[in-house]
Amino acid sequence: MAEHTHHVVPKRVYFAVFAVLIVLTWVTAWVSTIDLGRLNLVVALSIALFKASLVVFFFMHLAYATKLTKMILFSGIYWLILLLFITMEDIWTRGWMGVPGR
Amino acid sequence: MSTVSHPASALQHHFENAEQQKDASTIGMWVFLVTEIMFFGGLFLAYMVYRQAYPAAFAAASNKTDLWLGAANTTVLIGSSLTMALAVHYASLGRKNLIVLFLSLTLLLGGTFLGVKAVEYHDKWVHHEIPGANFECEGCADAQHATLFFACYFGMTGLHATHMVVGIFIIIFLIVKARKGAYGPEWHTPVEMFGLYWHFVDIVWIFLFPLLYLIDRSGGLKG
Amino acid sequence: MITAPSPVLTKTNYLNEDHSLKGWMLTKDHKRIGILYLIGVTFFFMLGGMYAALIRLELLTPAGDLLESNTYNKVFTMHGVLMVFLFLIPSIPAVLGNFLIPLMIGAKDVAFPRLNLLSYYIYVVGGLFIFTSLILGGVDTGWTFYTPFSTSYSNGYVLTTGLGIFIAGFSSILTGLNFIVTIHRMRAPGLTWFRLPLFVWAHYATSMIQILGTPVVAVTLFLVVLERGLHIGFFDPAYGGDPVLFQHMFWFYSHPAVYIMILPSMGVVSEIISTFSSKKPFGYTFIAFSSLAIAVFGFLVWGHHLYVASQSVYAGMVFSILTYIVAIPSAIKIFNWIATMYKGSVRITTPMLYAFGFMGLFTVGGLTGLFLASLGMDVHLTDTYFVVAHFHYVMVGGGIMGFLGGIHFWWPKMFGRMYPEGWSKLSAIMIFCGFNLTFFPQFLLGYMGMPRRYHVYPAEFQVFNTLSSAGAGLLGVGYFIPFIYLLWSLKYGRVAGDNPWGGSGLEWKTSSPPIHSNFEVTPVVTQEAYTYTTEEVSHHVNG
Repeated sequence: MAEHTHHVVPKRVYFAVFAVLIVLTWVTAWVSTIDLGRLNLVVALSIALFKASLVVFFFMHLAYATKLTKMILFSGIYWLILLLFITMEDIWTRGWMGVPGR
Repeated sequence: MSTVSHPASALQHHFENAEQQKDASTIGMWVFLVTEIMFFGGLFLAYMVYRQAYPAAFAAASNKTDLWLGAANTTVLIGSSLTMALAVHYASLGRKNLIVLFLSLTLLLGGTFLGVKAVEYHDKWVHHEIPGANFECEGCADAQHATLFFACYFGMTGLHATHMVVGIFIIIFLIVKARKGAYGPEWHTPVEMFGLYWHFVDIVWIFLFPLLYLIDRSGGLKG
Repeated sequence: MITAPSPVLTKTNYLNEDHSLKGWMLTKDHKRIGILYLIGVTFFFMLGGMYAALIRLELLTPAGDLLESNTYNKVFTMHGVLMVFLFLIPSIPAVLGNFLIPLMIGAKDVAFPRLNLLSYYIYVVGGLFIFTSLILGGVDTGWTFYTPFSTSYSNGYVLTTGLGIFIAGFSSILTGLNFIVTIHRMRAPGLTWFRLPLFVWAHYATSMIQILGTPVVAVTLFLVVLERGLHIGFFDPAYGGDPVLFQHMFWFYSHPAVYIMILPSMGVVSEIISTFSSKKPFGYTFIAFSSLAIAVFGFLVWGHHLYVASQSVYAGMVFSILTYIVAIPSAIKIFNWIATMYKGSVRITTPMLYAFGFMGLFTVGGLTGLFLASLGMDVHLTDTYFVVAHFHYVMVGGGIMGFLGGIHFWWPKMFGRMYPEGWSKLSAIMIFCGFNLTFFPQFLLGYMGMPRRYHVYPAEFQVFNTLSSAGAGLLGVGYFIPFIYLLWSLKYGRVAGDNPWGGSGLEWKTSSPPIHSNFEVTPVVTQEAYTYTTEEVSHHVNG
């Protein structure tokens, strides 16, 4: 049921992840100074998402965790997406339909 | 093997066995982190709404932050995540001195991060970039709405910093307990659970950095 | 009338094992914590009820002769804040959930007993903040704290109240966290998910909402406090802030919050109807999944509070459709409860009366919600007394009926005593009648155009308002009577025995009141849920 308690992640994994995280940090800072138009935001958030995934899977041991744990995190992320995008859906569609009678 | 600690059983009476207790703690901490996702999430929503409404103001205001200092600080914080992961690693092995070492390094790096943030906040104060009566955004396009960026900046980084301060107090507590040999292979749950919390705070910053520091750094919007 | 006390319950149980103050104030026993919450929610219910009395007194006459408009604004605000945050949200989960869930799953306690105690004290601190703001003069923004009035213009104690709600919210979050982990990991051997009582399913769904929704209102109030205290303009239009953003953030929680208030009640009703029909709930799986469906879909409909708030019409349409959809799982429950009673051995006890009341009143409340879900109708009905009547039918007719039904159902288990059946049935009927007299006229008033949150109204509305106020008087008396006889029963009530009702859950298989660790021996579950033996049934039906 909880095999992960006995799983010891080798230190080299931590160091490798750390190295990737640092490289990506400076990459994202540097890329932001180049004009990519709308892609700047996409690139920055993609890198951030990838970095976060590394932290979640390896530092937080989600890769070795139970299905329940993964479901819990997934629900949190999903609900955040609901909050953000359903609210934005209001804002993005403000001009779509007129108000009846006008 | 005198540096390996084997703490006495910490099994609480309402649990059947240590496995169940550890599992319950782990699930409990992840559920708590989900509440934190939604808590910070509200601020991310406000940011998203206002950045979408006032892109020029946000870009101009974002350029007032120090990009390279922010990148360096991000490096420091990620470093503290590494040291925390190692602290948890050694806690599971019961290597008392190394637990204390890496917890202390985490404390040091976390404190450094907060120190840099204090410097940044002071800089904002000097330049009247704190929302309120004396706010001004010098040379900013759409300066009237720039205050919203800074409201987000201080709200989000302030909440983040508060979480770090709480974390620092807990690290101190963990160091004290670790020095007494409280953590070992049979039981090191508090260190592991706190590790989850500390990594989560790191992840929040991993998103805050691009969102607050990296808006339109190439000057593309001003064209 | 019995004048001599009943025999003292001598066997050691969670109540009599430790009479010290410390044993109560620092308890980690989920049962004692449930009782502590019971005292707290009862106090705030009475306080909120006093404010309701003031409202109905003012509205007896069309003129604003009892209270000034500013004072009236404070009165309905405090009524809402107290009732929603300090009574309804905690009520069933913190009192009955805390007491019963470990018993129902065969556990010795919840997963995190110390956290449970902390939850209670957080609730107390939050309550103190709100109580303090009340004493200082209260808030006049409405319990919904709409900006920019609450942030920039109100002269009330928005900061104190906002902080109080913020703090109390963490109590709710931690309770939900505790329940989720408890239900996942503390079930007795053999107790699979589909052998769980429906009360437990209901609380699992409720806990999901508490975890995912409450933090959002917490951060929203945090922003209001920042704006009010430090003038950091998040919602101030002068800086480009969007007041509608506040409404989105506020209702993202506050709509699911109403499901926090109703799902536990539905769980109670499932237990009561099953027990007093001596029959397994019809469509057990459907009822269980409908609880989850309500929790999930409940998060997708909040925009129906923003139809006329300049939300986009397109978004309004989407929210409208989703709001109709979320009614379906609730309806499924009602049909299943009725089907449960069909060909069952129905006994009309006090809890059963409350369950009947729930089904009737919640149906009315739910159906009127559909009127409001329709975009077109809502334009006419919003901010009128129709809305006030709708939410009182579901929250009071639904929520409080469930709470009182649950208290009456599990009182013998909690305290080992029965209460006088005559008085309990009388007050249940008084509450039902008083409630309908109070709130049904309000549907008509709203339809005729009487706006809410006004202390004056045109003379043509007086008849219905007077009827409503009369009903409120009857309702108040009905609420007060149980307070008397329940307290009386603690010393003078007939000894209840382990299973006075013939219930099937694990909680009825241990002593009344239970011992500290709930069970002498950890139960092993081998049967499906709601297994009633014919011998048990005839024993309880025939007395």
